[in-house]
Amino acid sequence: MAESDTELTRWTLLEAREHLRARAVSAVELTEAYLARIERVESAVRAFLTITAEQARAQARAADARRAAGEDAPLLGLPIALKDVLCTAGVRTTCGSRILEGFVPPYDATAVARLAAAGAVFLGKTNMDEFAMGSSTENSAFFPTRNPWDLERVPGGSSGGSAAAVAALEAPASLGTDTGGSIRQPAALCGVVGLKPTYGRVSRYGLVAFASSLDQIGPFARTAADCALLLAVLAGADPCDSTALPAPVPDYLAELAGDLRGLRVGVPREYFGSGLEPGVEAAVRAALATLEALGAAVDEVSLPHTEYGVAAYYLIAPAEASANLARYDGVKYGYAVPAPTLLDSYFRTRAEGFGPEVKRRIMLGTYALSAGYYDAYYLKAQKVRTLIKDDFDRAFERFDVLATPTSPTVAFRLGERLSDPLAMYLSDVCTIPVNLAGLPGLSVPCGFVDGLPVGLQLIGPPLSEGLLLRVAQRYQDATDWHRRYPSLSAEY
Amino acid sequence: MSTQVGAAHVTPGLGKWEPVIGLEVHAQIQTASKMFCGCSAAYFDAPPNSHVCPVCLGMPGVLPVINRAAVEATLMTGLALNCELPEATKFDRKNYFYPDLPKGYQISQYDLPFCRDGWLTIELGGTTKRVGIQRVHLEEDTARLLHRTDAQGRAYSLVDFNRSGVPLMEIVSKPDLRSAAEARAYLQKLHAILQALGISSGHLEEGAFRCDANISLRPVGSAEFGTKVEIKNMNSFRAVYRALEYEIGRQAALLEAGEPIVQETRGWVDDRGVTVSQRSKEFAHDYRYFPEPDLPPVFVSREWVAELRARLPELPDARRDRYMHEYGLNAYDAAQLAGAADIARFFEAVVARYPKPKVVANWIQGEIFRLLPPDGSLADTPLRPEHLAEILELVERGTLSQALGKQVLEETFQSGERPAAIVERRGLTQISDTAELERVVAEVLAHNPKPVADYLGGKETALSFLMGQVMKATRGKANPAVVTNLLRERLQALRA
Repeated sequence: MAESDTELTRWTLLEAREHLRARAVSAVELTEAYLARIERVESAVRAFLTITAEQARAQARAADARRAAGEDAPLLGLPIALKDVLCTAGVRTTCGSRILEGFVPPYDATAVARLAAAGAVFLGKTNMDEFAMGSSTENSAFFPTRNPWDLERVPGGSSGGSAAAVAALEAPASLGTDTGGSIRQPAALCGVVGLKPTYGRVSRYGLVAFASSLDQIGPFARTAADCALLLAVLAGADPCDSTALPAPVPDYLAELAGDLRGLRVGVPREYFGSGLEPGVEAAVRAALATLEALGAAVDEVSLPHTEYGVAAYYLIAPAEASANLARYDGVKYGYAVPAPTLLDSYFRTRAEGFGPEVKRRIMLGTYALSAGYYDAYYLKAQKVRTLIKDDFDRAFERFDVLATPTSPTVAFRLGERLSDPLAMYLSDVCTIPVNLAGLPGLSVPCGFVDGLPVGLQLIGPPLSEGLLLRVAQRYQDATDWHRRYPSLSAEY
Repeated sequence: MSTQVGAAHVTPGLGKWEPVIGLEVHAQIQTASKMFCGCSAAYFDAPPNSHVCPVCLGMPGVLPVINRAAVEATLMTGLALNCELPEATKFDRKNYFYPDLPKGYQISQYDLPFCRDGWLTIELGGTTKRVGIQRVHLEEDTARLLHRTDAQGRAYSLVDFNRSGVPLMEIVSKPDLRSAAEARAYLQKLHAILQALGISSGHLEEGAFRCDANISLRPVGSAEFGTKVEIKNMNSFRAVYRALEYEIGRQAALLEAGEPIVQETRGWVDDRGVTVSQRSKEFAHDYRYFPEPDLPPVFVSREWVAELRARLPELPDARRDRYMHEYGLNAYDAAQLAGAADIARFFEAVVARYPKPKVVANWIQGEIFRLLPPDGSLADTPLRPEHLAEILELVERGTLSQALGKQVLEETFQSGERPAAIVERRGLTQISDTAELERVVAEVLAHNPKPVADYLGGKETALSFLMGQVMKATRGKANPAVVTNLLRERLQALRA
């Protein structure tokens, strides 16, 4: 039983779909295999906050019934894990925070509803940095998730649970969210593929907001093709989200076809600065050489305003967050501390309900918006943002995609950066500018340093997800990083 | 709604101080759904928290979607108020904590409102004045708080989110008003315009049209502004008038005594007739406005503006001009009748049945205005245009005397009973039959020798007394013209 379960959980999403369609396996069997895997490894990995085993079984049974009746759907019977920042009707949604510890949304996020309509089975809600604020999942109010490649190290964040679940074979795919790198960076640290679509490509309705002008939902999987399958279901306009783009959704799976001959790859020199670990640089440069061997023309480019990205981000994102998190006041839902006066109740509810990083960012953001400081901080940061976007626009006149390291280091130890928030913030130096510019970006596994995964980041012009996924898939076809599994699987 | 425009009223003892008043009106827009979600906006009288959804409850993960009809209503208001409509506008977040504000911020407009720099005219005591409009912007309303006390005497509050998210227009005047009467006239005109546009139900008591005032005093002739005080909690036009009159007096007294005016917010306490300082509002709010990232900017094309302008209905001033031309009314009467939508509609409907506009105008201004409560609406009474038309016909035909006609009108106004039915039921048909009236006149003269003697002695007023006696004997039904003639004849005969 253990042997065949492991085999099932090693299938990619597309492989699993083929097996389901061929009736070689049922949705119930597939779901049971993942639930069994979760049961075996979860005490070590701790990727999940809520495991919805009974609902998953019911959804799997329903999927099998539909298939028996001759129906099919893009994700029929496929198990997916969801980051706990996405609202799921009737299922606890905590955002990794005490202030929403008991919160059960009365509605599904659009992204969740679309996956459900496509027949997906939901395994559970994954762990995350509180309100998506963090780069290690150590800011979860409940417990940290561990990197399946080394249980003493972080999986990255804020979507650490979703990345670790896929890396540990607890789910073939999962959804995360990315505001400053929170899909791509954990994908890199956990050795899986993670895609952040163009801002507005996927509806944010039901995504509990951190920074409204930066947040995006995206998939984790072990192959780019799997991400294409999920993106096809997720993408598209939504009448509930005024920032969702009305642009037509291409056939992402079809766009995977084609080689890389003539592809112009730009390598921004500013991403190879002093903070970059030598081992990471070596793996990334080797990946660039592979792209060249596949026919791409690789050349250097400059994005001169890169160095201002982190500073601009840590003004804009907390400012928006300070407003987005104001609704957590204990009046309507969530954690509430009764007190003699209204003001006391606000103070105590939020003091007890929020963790230290969240408080830090709310204060930063409030300050950046305050009278007398708005122009110098928030407004200035938004102007810098335009300069950063302009850098990318200029680069894309000469190049089709840009390639960089996703993270300057491999996974660091649990606790290593907790006492130095700025060091933690610098984990996202390569990913943040992409969010500021609203561009699509993905991370694909490109090697290991001392057994710890390294990710290659690919960045494209707006709405170029098809191209990014194709480049990534051609790279994966030529390499086998994604077919290595953490030793977790040998022990369990 | 009566449009009683009185003469400009100067507070006694004001002398050398000039009031400078600006008004801020929040008017709910009567759209079908709320500003940023699909919930019904018709919240008044609905069971608490029955018109709500995750969006207007500010639940985690929700996003706003703009109500186009609310935007159009705002733009049309701007056009009706002669405003500039800039091409680029946006929404902003206004951040503060209060239990009636579910998201902890209100989606409003800060520096790029939909409309700015307009004006409207008011007519007061025969003069016309232009009052500037600073801006008109669009925002969402907050929830309603209900304060209670439990059996142990402890205070607690309930929140009803039905009102949360209802579209709200904020109309800010320039500080051009100089008296409480001008302020009232401004509000009545603004209210009438919004009603003509079909935007506002205008029911003040339902919170559909709310007004706050900013008022300061300065020496007459000075160009500088004095310290301004904000006045809130004025829940009717009459309250606005009384509150401003009170506040003018209060500030004048302080200034006369050489004391400073404290810049503060004061609430009007209606049953005591005073404004009271609201010390809890003392610390200034920093709303930390920033552009709403969940909504793209709104571009107002000139084509859209032209299309909206073509859709504007007849506004009160245009209607007044039309009444002067079409019905030959003078400017004063025309303004009185054109001011409020319900009165105008009623007037035109009566004239359609009884085509004597001046007569109809007199009856409406004389009787109906008297019967309507202050700030009341004709639509809330059972009186219909056909009722007044019927009365006017009965009076013209001589079936009903003018005096009794007014009584019947009052009764129909209260009960909705048809005038003809009332006349029949109460036997009010006017007596014009000479033979019958001669008998009554003869009796009255016989029973009142002294007044007869007085009249014959030259006292004209005795005739009125005798007339009154005839009316009394006929219970008001005698045709006054016939009676007057008969009395004079008989008395003349006695002289001979």
